[in-house]
Amino acid sequence: MDIVVCVKQIPDPADPGELDPETKTLKRDMKLILDESDSYGVEMALQLRDAAGEGEVTLVSMAPNEEVNGLRSALAMGADKAILVSDEALAGTDALGTARVLAAAIGRAQADLILAATESSDGYTGTVPEQVAELLGLPSVTFAKEIEAESGEVVVKRQTEDGYDEVRCPLPAVVSVTAGVVEPRYPSFKGIMAAKSKPMDQVGVADLGISPDQVGWAGGGQEITDVSPAPEREAGEIITDEGDAHERIIALLEELRIV
Amino acid sequence: MGTIWVYAEASGGKVASISLELLTRARQLADTVEAVVGGDGEPVAAELGAHGATTVHATGDLAGGLAGPAVASAMASAIEAGAAPDAVLFGTTYDGRDVAGRLSVKLNAPVITNIVELEQADGALVGTEPVFGGTVNVSTRFNGSGVGLFLVRPKSFAAEESGGGPAAVSALPVPDLGATGAARVVDRFAEESSGPKLDEAGVVVSGGRGLGEAEKYSMIEDLASILGGAAGASRAIVDAGWVPYSHQVGQTGKVVKPDVYVACGISGATQHMVGMKGSKNIIAINKDAEAPIFGIADLGVVGDVHKVLPKLIEALQARG
Repeated sequence: MDIVVCVKQIPDPADPGELDPETKTLKRDMKLILDESDSYGVEMALQLRDAAGEGEVTLVSMAPNEEVNGLRSALAMGADKAILVSDEALAGTDALGTARVLAAAIGRAQADLILAATESSDGYTGTVPEQVAELLGLPSVTFAKEIEAESGEVVVKRQTEDGYDEVRCPLPAVVSVTAGVVEPRYPSFKGIMAAKSKPMDQVGVADLGISPDQVGWAGGGQEITDVSPAPEREAGEIITDEGDAHERIIALLEELRIV
Repeated sequence: MGTIWVYAEASGGKVASISLELLTRARQLADTVEAVVGGDGEPVAAELGAHGATTVHATGDLAGGLAGPAVASAMASAIEAGAAPDAVLFGTTYDGRDVAGRLSVKLNAPVITNIVELEQADGALVGTEPVFGGTVNVSTRFNGSGVGLFLVRPKSFAAEESGGGPAAVSALPVPDLGATGAARVVDRFAEESSGPKLDEAGVVVSGGRGLGEAEKYSMIEDLASILGGAAGASRAIVDAGWVPYSHQVGQTGKVVKPDVYVACGISGATQHMVGMKGSKNIIAINKDAEAPIFGIADLGVVGDVHKVLPKLIEALQARG
C-alpha cells in the first residue's frame, strides 16, 4: 500500500515568533520543526504500510526556505522518502494555494491513500485536506479516529458531534487524521542515521507546472486590512493554597450562584 | 449587502446552535438570508425561518453520502446557474470545513477561516481572526469578485429569533459527484455522555498535564458533575490519549464560553486559551505561579490540583 502523508514544518509552537509587519503573515525564517499534529498521520501511515506488508510512505511538504528538518524527523520515524516543494514564490501562500501545490506534488508520487492532519498547529485553517481531495478529484474522509484498510477501500471512524460515524471509502482517497489517535513512535538512533540517506526530491513551483502568480500572497484573493492587539483580559485575584483554597473557590461559586 | 447564504447543519430535526448564530449575524449584514441544508428542508424550515432565513435550499437525503462533496457541488451548480450570494457562511464544524474546502476549489475562491467577528466595510465583508492564542486580531477582507467564503468559529455571535415565519423550502439538486462522492456512512455511533454538552454547558471544568496521570481525570469529571457542568481537556492530555478528542477545548477543539471555567493543572498554552478566554469567569488551579493561565484568571490558585481538588469535591459533596 503506497501512502502519501502531507506534513508541515512550522515554527516551534513554544516560540511562535511574530507577524511580518509588511506582509502581515507569520514569519517563517527561523528553524522549522515537524508539526506535532502531523506525527499522527505519519504514524498511521507507517502502521498501515506495515500491516499491508508492502508499499512506501512518501512525505509531501511545502516550505518557502528549503527547510528539511521536520521532514528528516518523519523520515527517522520510518517514512521512506520525501518530496519538498520549496520556492521563494511560496511565501504567504494561503490554504487554497497550498492545496494546489500539495496536489501537484502528490501527483508525482504513487498513492493509494493520502493522509494529512485535520489542521496545522500554526495556520489551523483546517481546509487543506478537503481542498487537496477536490483538486485531485478524490473522495475524502476527514477527522479520522481510526483507519483500517481492506481490499481497495478504507473503513474510517470519523469524529462527529455526538460520537463517530463508520465510513467506507474506496481508494484512492484522502483521509485527515485527528491528533492523539495513535502513539507516534520515537525515532531510533538507527532511524535517525538512515533518514540522512533517504531520497529527498526537492522541486520548485515551476517543476509542478504551477505559475508563480497562482501562489504566494498575490494568489490569495484576500487582503489583510488590520492587525491589532486583542483587548486584554485582566488578571484577577491570585492566592497561594495554604490548605484552604477550596473555601475561596466555593465562596466565588456562591457569589456567581453556581452553588 | 444583497444575499448571504448560511450552510445550516441539523441533527435529529434540530438546527445546530452555530447555524442559528450565523443566521442571526447574516441578517444584520444582508438584505436577504437563505439557508443551505444537506438533507431534508421541511423538518428545519420553521427554526431556520424563525432566525431569519427566507428560503432553505435543501439537497434532500444524502443517502449516507458525506456533506462535503454533495453540498459543495450543489452550491457550485446553483451559483453557476445564476444564484449570486455575496457570501456563504459556514460554522467551523466537521462538515462545515469539508463543504467550505470543496466549494473553495470549485469557485476558485479563498476561505477566510477561524472568524470570530464579521463586519461590512466599503461593501465587502471583513472577517476577524484571533492569532497567537487570541492576543492579536487579524482582519481579512475578501477582495475577489465572486462569492466570499467565511468559516466562523462557534459562539462568536448570539443566536436570536427574528420572528420570521417558516422558510420556503426549495430543492437544491446534487449533481453527479463521480469519485468524489464515493465515501458512505455505513453506521453511526453516539458516545454516551451524561450532563450538558461541552460547548453548551454553563460550567466547564477542564484538566491538563498537571493532573499527572490519566486516572486523575476522574476528579475533573466528578467536579464537573457536582457543578452540573461538562468536563473538558487541554490538547496535551488529548494527544497523550488520556481522554477523547471530543473533550478538547482550544484552537483545535471546542470553543467554550461558560459562566464559569475551571482550569485544573492547565498552564495556559496559546492553543488552549483561544478556546476558553471568552468565559465569563475563569478559575485556575496550577502549581506554577508563572503559568500564563493566571494572566487571565479571575481567581488563580497557586497550588497542587491533587490537594485542592479532593478538598473542593469533598466540601461541595458535603453541601449535598
